[in-house]
Amino acid sequence: MQSLGVEVLFEGSNFERLLGGLGVTITIAFSSIIFSTLSGGIMGLLRTSAPAIIRLLLRVYLEMFRIIPILVWLWVVHFGLTPALQIEVSGEFTSIVVFSLWGAAEVGDLVRGALESLPRHQVETGKALGFSYMQLYRYILIPQAVRRVLPGMINLATRMIKTTSLVVLIGVIEVVKIGQQIIEIGVIKAPNASFWVYGFIFILYFIICYPLSRLAKKYELKWHSL
Amino acid sequence: MEHSENILLEVKGLEKYYGDTPVLRQINLTVHKGEVVVVLGPSGCGKSTLLRCMNGLEEIQHGDISYQGHSLTKGKTVWREIRQHIGMVFQNYELFPHLTVMDNILLGPLKVQRREKQEARAHAEELLTRVGLLNRKSAYPRELSGGQKQRIAIVRALCMKPEMMLFDEVTASLDPEMVREVLDVILGLARQGMTMIIVTHEMGFARSVGDRIVFMDQGFICEETTPELFFTNPTTERAKQFLDIFQY
Repeated sequence: MQSLGVEVLFEGSNFERLLGGLGVTITIAFSSIIFSTLSGGIMGLLRTSAPAIIRLLLRVYLEMFRIIPILVWLWVVHFGLTPALQIEVSGEFTSIVVFSLWGAAEVGDLVRGALESLPRHQVETGKALGFSYMQLYRYILIPQAVRRVLPGMINLATRMIKTTSLVVLIGVIEVVKIGQQIIEIGVIKAPNASFWVYGFIFILYFIICYPLSRLAKKYELKWHSL
Repeated sequence: MEHSENILLEVKGLEKYYGDTPVLRQINLTVHKGEVVVVLGPSGCGKSTLLRCMNGLEEIQHGDISYQGHSLTKGKTVWREIRQHIGMVFQNYELFPHLTVMDNILLGPLKVQRREKQEARAHAEELLTRVGLLNRKSAYPRELSGGQKQRIAIVRALCMKPEMMLFDEVTASLDPEMVREVLDVILGLARQGMTMIIVTHEMGFARSVGDRIVFMDQGFICEETTPELFFTNPTTERAKQFLDIFQY
């Protein structure tokens, strides 16, 4: 009798290995999201208030990440830049660096957009009350910008989580790669292995990303009037 | 100037340009303590700009503004200090949308003036009571009507304990039935002796609240007189034409 194939998920340590792979995915994604948020926040502030030349450079930086595919960035840094500089770093580390750089550019743009969308009167009203520029940003502009930026940030976070599946191409063993390995071995006994393994990975991604989507939706509704 | 010790704000020979376009020309204006000066004039005559010059929101090219005898244009002026003495309320009632009414009012007193929270809160509640909005202190701006927002904006400025208030067309974007409630608040302030400069298009209000009317056109002050004389017997042709628009 031909097996269903679902047992391939629980054979040996397959289940633990898949979860381990998911751990790699999560590590890369969430480290990058945290770094992006911090540096992107600063970048957004600079893009609205720094001298023109710095604003231009940051703009160019953003466009470079928008125009050039992330996969190419991963290759350039992993197979080109780090060997050329004779630095030895893991693929995982390279991934976090590239994803953080990309995320920072995108977060910076979201923050810039949010700050620029605030009515100019808010600044004048604040000034007329005697606020310094620091106080204006701290108490009036940034709190409002955060509310406007959050839905976009959460969407970006889900995009980053999904895009981590590319890191397999610079040799990082994450959840999709482990899935492939399991299928390669399991397919001999169970021809349906790929259905179950990929199906399981599908569910894993869904479990991470869906709550974020819901969160974005919730904040959009809650704050859309601001 | 017999009451020179009573002069709060003095503008001398003020000129302002946007590029090459003059917007304010040869402006001389003296405001005494407790006085209510109403500035009238057609749209684009420079009245709002004049007000904005007085608390440093606009730069001036020539002339001088002095406050309590200190020049604000010569040397280094810390506008953040001055703005705590000269409160301003704008046409667009910009409350901070992410803060409740109470937090809107307290932000300045607590963060800029670093006042005691208890004292500032008591002060805010007293002012809110005066404008009849104490029951809305926990509301967010989006839950308020335009007239309520504008009254809160006035309270927010007053809670900084200013010695003088600038009102820039504060009823211009309100529905007609809400104009009254805002004007009543300003009238109340006038009775308490607050020094004010008011830019408005409400002629009846100008007449009843003003100690003095300043009529501007094309960047000049054309006429400066009592409300009685201005509305019954304006001397300049421009002022006559302007007042005719309001007669049906």
